[in-house]
Amino acid sequence: MAAEMIEVRWHGRGGQGAKTAALLFAQAVMATGKYIQAFPEYGPERMGAPVQSFNRVSGEPITIHCGVTNPNFVVILDPTLIDTVDVVEGIGANGKVIVNTSFSAADIAAKLGIAKEQVYVVNASKIATETIGRNIPNTPMLGALVKVIGDLDIKGVLDDTKKKLSVKFAKKPEVIDGNLTSIERAYNEVKNV
Amino acid sequence: MIKTVYSKGKLVAKTGNEVMAEAMRQIEPDVVAAYPITPATEIVQIFSQFVADGKVKTEFVAVESEHSAMSATLAACAAGARAMTGTSSQGLCLMWEMLNIAAGLRLPVVMAEVNRAISAPINIHGDQSDTMGARDTGWIQIYSENSQEAYDNMIQAIRIAEQAKLPAMVTTDGFIISHCMEVAEVYPDEDVKKFIGEYKPERFLLDIKRPYTLGSIELQDYYFEHRWQLAQAMRDSTKVIAEVGADFKKTFGREYDFFEKYKLDDAELAIVVIGSTAGTAKVVVDQLREKGIKAGLLKVRVFRPFNGEQIAKDLANIKAIAVLDKADSCSGTFAPLFTDVASALYANGITTPKLVNYVYGLGGREIGIKDLTDIYAALGEIASGKRAVSKNVEYCGVRI
Amino acid sequence: MKKDENKKLSASEVASAGLVEAGTAQEFITGSWRSERPLWNKDKCIHCLTCWIYCPDSAISVEQGPKGTIVTGVDYNHCKGCGICAKECPDKIKALTMETERK
Repeated sequence: MAAEMIEVRWHGRGGQGAKTAALLFAQAVMATGKYIQAFPEYGPERMGAPVQSFNRVSGEPITIHCGVTNPNFVVILDPTLIDTVDVVEGIGANGKVIVNTSFSAADIAAKLGIAKEQVYVVNASKIATETIGRNIPNTPMLGALVKVIGDLDIKGVLDDTKKKLSVKFAKKPEVIDGNLTSIERAYNEVKNV
Repeated sequence: MIKTVYSKGKLVAKTGNEVMAEAMRQIEPDVVAAYPITPATEIVQIFSQFVADGKVKTEFVAVESEHSAMSATLAACAAGARAMTGTSSQGLCLMWEMLNIAAGLRLPVVMAEVNRAISAPINIHGDQSDTMGARDTGWIQIYSENSQEAYDNMIQAIRIAEQAKLPAMVTTDGFIISHCMEVAEVYPDEDVKKFIGEYKPERFLLDIKRPYTLGSIELQDYYFEHRWQLAQAMRDSTKVIAEVGADFKKTFGREYDFFEKYKLDDAELAIVVIGSTAGTAKVVVDQLREKGIKAGLLKVRVFRPFNGEQIAKDLANIKAIAVLDKADSCSGTFAPLFTDVASALYANGITTPKLVNYVYGLGGREIGIKDLTDIYAALGEIASGKRAVSKNVEYCGVRI
Repeated sequence: MKKDENKKLSASEVASAGLVEAGTAQEFITGSWRSERPLWNKDKCIHCLTCWIYCPDSAISVEQGPKGTIVTGVDYNHCKGCGICAKECPDKIKALTMETERK
């Protein structure tokens, strides 16, 4: 495995867009010049059931095609999953968890039983409600993930997302702006405290 | 940094199903007849959208079963059309009767196939039991490691099938590739169209100036001759596949052969495998090479025809070889790929490598870095004589 | 049978995929299979073409006359003597009758 490859696991509930988030993230990161993979957890999908999706990002072509077992980053779209799913499985001492929550990083770290340094929090639900007008946390969480990963180009991600959304929502420009603002805000607001 | 191989290529993020549909859009066959089945549904679903949007002039026939899908596809092909379809698993099983007829009538139907386990028990995940079950139907079989290969193989399959006058299926591993978004390079429509050329069948049923009968009965007097022709066409198709591969490389820059050798030339231990697991195995080979272990890999891309002469050459100097089958033959002896590899080696006088057969991944059972590392470790012990070669199939990842 | 086998084409000679050119049934003489033969009475025939429609072996010979298609006889090279033509020939006409094949 190439040393610089990043693996990401998304946790959400069926219908919250964990798969879409992974696909959007992959496309946006590809636009910044990286090799990517995005794939869902394959199983019966039911509204509300815990679901996972995955990403790989690398500067080199990615040939590995097994599942992601030791993610460098875990993104949790729905904080209630913390109580029911082992969201920190396989992350080790260096893995980072990004949670959509109003609680502090210290509170979440205590709940998860990992070091505070491993936890990042952002109130993506609040951001989504204020910018997009609906509680769709997957788009802002994209921005938070880009920030926490660190060496990705947020401008490239925003440009690509704008391009994609412009095609999909040609008749609703306000949706495009709301989504882009939500990504930017989460990028700026995600914190380790 | 991602980059294109072809000067006019464009990089896209697409799943295996999406690139196969994209290839079909560019090929723009005259007729597509299909019935949906997980995990191949998206291919023909996306393609039917291209038809509905007027992006292709293809006649799309929504049939009531896969048996009908293959019937309509091969009939359209017999009439003179370039015809394609797509399916998976149970769908391929239901096509079985017509698969043989497409081959027997020497019709160059091209099919996108997504490998999925077969029932029972019901399972939607990826293994290669479906196409392995169809390995003796007279269809060319080309397996893809990733989205890029799926796209490139689809384009080549059109020319291969039409020149060899044999039907061809291009496969991807269910979900692992079909639903995995990856970077793929696509080529401009006009360049793909130019590469595949126009379909000009020598004879076609709608040619009213030269009418003929196709599919008549042949008993003891001629049946055997025509089945020999079919088998010979499969033998001869190796030349066609090599030529199309060479022209593909010349045109688009990517190299395709019957087998892909990865760090194999000086290897002492080798895995032979088909499909996406080859990609994971490459990572393991790299890790072992860093430790000084001479590991290598041979990926089978074209399984039918099986180029036994070439594989015997490629594997002649390996000390221990593990052949990995993502399908079991339930034969009381070995699984399909192993059987072909072993007989190819023996028939070509190569008897020094020690061979072991692993069946893995049935029903989508995960195969990861550790599993493959363990297999190379076992090969090391077999090569050094610490471990005896099993006289039976070994299983990787099943609780026995 | 041995004589026939010598005439058979090899796999490299025979057409691909069992393709059979149209009209080759002409070369297959099935008349010898007959035990009864239809006799056609030219004077009684009203050229209704019922026999031509029903004949399973296309063994009723016809040609284009000035007033339309007319029956000209039976093609004994291909007639297998099934008798359908005689059966279907209208009751009041009976221009076709069956008789035992002379051996």
